[in-house]
Amino acid sequence: MTKKAKGGSIRQSSIRRWAPLFICPVFVAFCIGFVWPFIQGIYLSFCNFKLVSKATFVGLDNYVQALADASFAHSFWYTAATAIVSLVLINVIAFAVAYALTQNLKGSNIFRTIFFMPNLIGGIVLGYIWSMIFDGILQAYSTSILLDSTLGFWGLIILMCWQQIGYMMIIYIAGLQAVPEDMIEAAKIDGATKLQTLFKVIIPNVMPSITICTFLSLTNGFKLFDQNLALTGGLPFIIQPDGGTINTTEMLALNIYNTFYTSGAATRGVAQAKAVLFFVLVAGLGLAQLAYTRKREVQQ
Amino acid sequence: MSNAHDTLASERRRKNILSVVLAIICVIYCLPVVAVVVNSFKLNTYVKTDTFALPNSESFAGLSNFITGMTFGNYPFWRAAFFSVLITVASTALILICCSMAAWYIARVNSKFCKLVYILCVFSMVVPFQMVMFTLSKTADTLNLNTPWTIPVVYLGFGAGLAIFMFVGFVKSIPLEIEEAAAIDGCGPIRTFFCVVLPMLKPTLISVGILELMWVWNDYLLPYLVLDINEYRTIPIHIQYLKGSYGTVDLGATMALILMSIVPVIIFYLACQKHIIKGVAAGAVKG
Repeated sequence: MTKKAKGGSIRQSSIRRWAPLFICPVFVAFCIGFVWPFIQGIYLSFCNFKLVSKATFVGLDNYVQALADASFAHSFWYTAATAIVSLVLINVIAFAVAYALTQNLKGSNIFRTIFFMPNLIGGIVLGYIWSMIFDGILQAYSTSILLDSTLGFWGLIILMCWQQIGYMMIIYIAGLQAVPEDMIEAAKIDGATKLQTLFKVIIPNVMPSITICTFLSLTNGFKLFDQNLALTGGLPFIIQPDGGTINTTEMLALNIYNTFYTSGAATRGVAQAKAVLFFVLVAGLGLAQLAYTRKREVQQ
Repeated sequence: MSNAHDTLASERRRKNILSVVLAIICVIYCLPVVAVVVNSFKLNTYVKTDTFALPNSESFAGLSNFITGMTFGNYPFWRAAFFSVLITVASTALILICCSMAAWYIARVNSKFCKLVYILCVFSMVVPFQMVMFTLSKTADTLNLNTPWTIPVVYLGFGAGLAIFMFVGFVKSIPLEIEEAAAIDGCGPIRTFFCVVLPMLKPTLISVGILELMWVWNDYLLPYLVLDINEYRTIPIHIQYLKGSYGTVDLGATMALILMSIVPVIIFYLACQKHIIKGVAAGAVKG
């Protein structure tokens, strides 16, 4: 054993004596707030239960029911559409704004401050503000965002853009500022046009930021709950031939929430199974996208 | 030479046009907030019919919306505001202290347990809240963590992932020699952490603190499920409750409430803008 490693281990053991103080509070809270609910959640997804204490094992029954649920399938496609449309819009606009703001314009700081501001307002409050605005506009056409699912879709997209563009813009600005000045200068001397510089020099160099932003906006889109609840709450609904109802603007998270708390206690097992499927989807998507975009990053 | 001068002039013109375009977008961007301000001074019926008109002598409500708003929905607004502040400040403080300590321990002690905790933390960052919401609220109920004074423990548990991840990343970049020097000078682990490591962590503490503040302040579902909402409400719960439970909401008063809840946030933002923007950028780069 080398001297340094030995010194390290002596120091380590002196730190270790303080483990109860340093790591135990977080570990206990982490078990309460995450580990135990997570494990119990997985277990309950295979059970029929109204109360946690009275759960009976039913195998994959809940998953079969969840996958057969038309409202769940609808909310999946609706969520996917919302997430993808908002991902494209948010990232394109945020990048364009960030690019403009890194051109040494007058008032860049004020613009940046204003664009970021909506981010600090919570989803519920945002939903309420925008529902007032949409109502104000749409009453002239004697309709409402709660009556037309197409309006509900685009309303939510506008809300998401308004909220998230500023956040993504900050990340893009940080990325753009890190692009080496001499690289852009060199491209200019070699006769590259502005557009060529943008696509061949700048974008490959900010690929890490693009990775982060696409990843963030995709998972944000899939996990969206507050805004969805406050803006339309899933309305309008349609009644299925078999008597079931589908809330046309209901996203996955809200669908799971409604299955838990508004459909009565009988469907809690199904709701938990939906939640597990939702978790697999969100985690899988995040990891897949990360792996994909990482491959295209410039090696430095 | 004159050619170069021309390019410079056209470059300047291009930038001016860009500035004007951005300024117009900024004005449009502010309109929703302006609409809240304007409507909070209007009588209820006019909010619905003339949403975008400025208040006139007929529709102007003075401060009456703010006065009704204070006791709106049979729940005093100041109470919701108090609980919001309490939960946000206590949770953020708890997360910062406990997670920075735990992160230092994880980064410095090489054991299987530490690796496991770290991996679990990273894993918890990709788990959506809906996965654990039912079982988490039941667990919190069982352990009597369902009051504003104890809910910070739940926040510490569910929010530990990101904080530990960011802190560990930073601690690993601190050279070990500094701590060794402190140890040789007779510092025990406690003093080493609080007097040597913690001051160096300050930028990360601010970044993580900002991210947690923004999350807890705006969070709706976790406190809604954990707290008894007849007794304890945060601002988002209060606003959603008003919207959900009344067929005919007093829109003017609601806008006054919303205004009262966003003004402190905007003031806080303008005061600590630099830190907030830096914190967000740092959080995103690492997360």
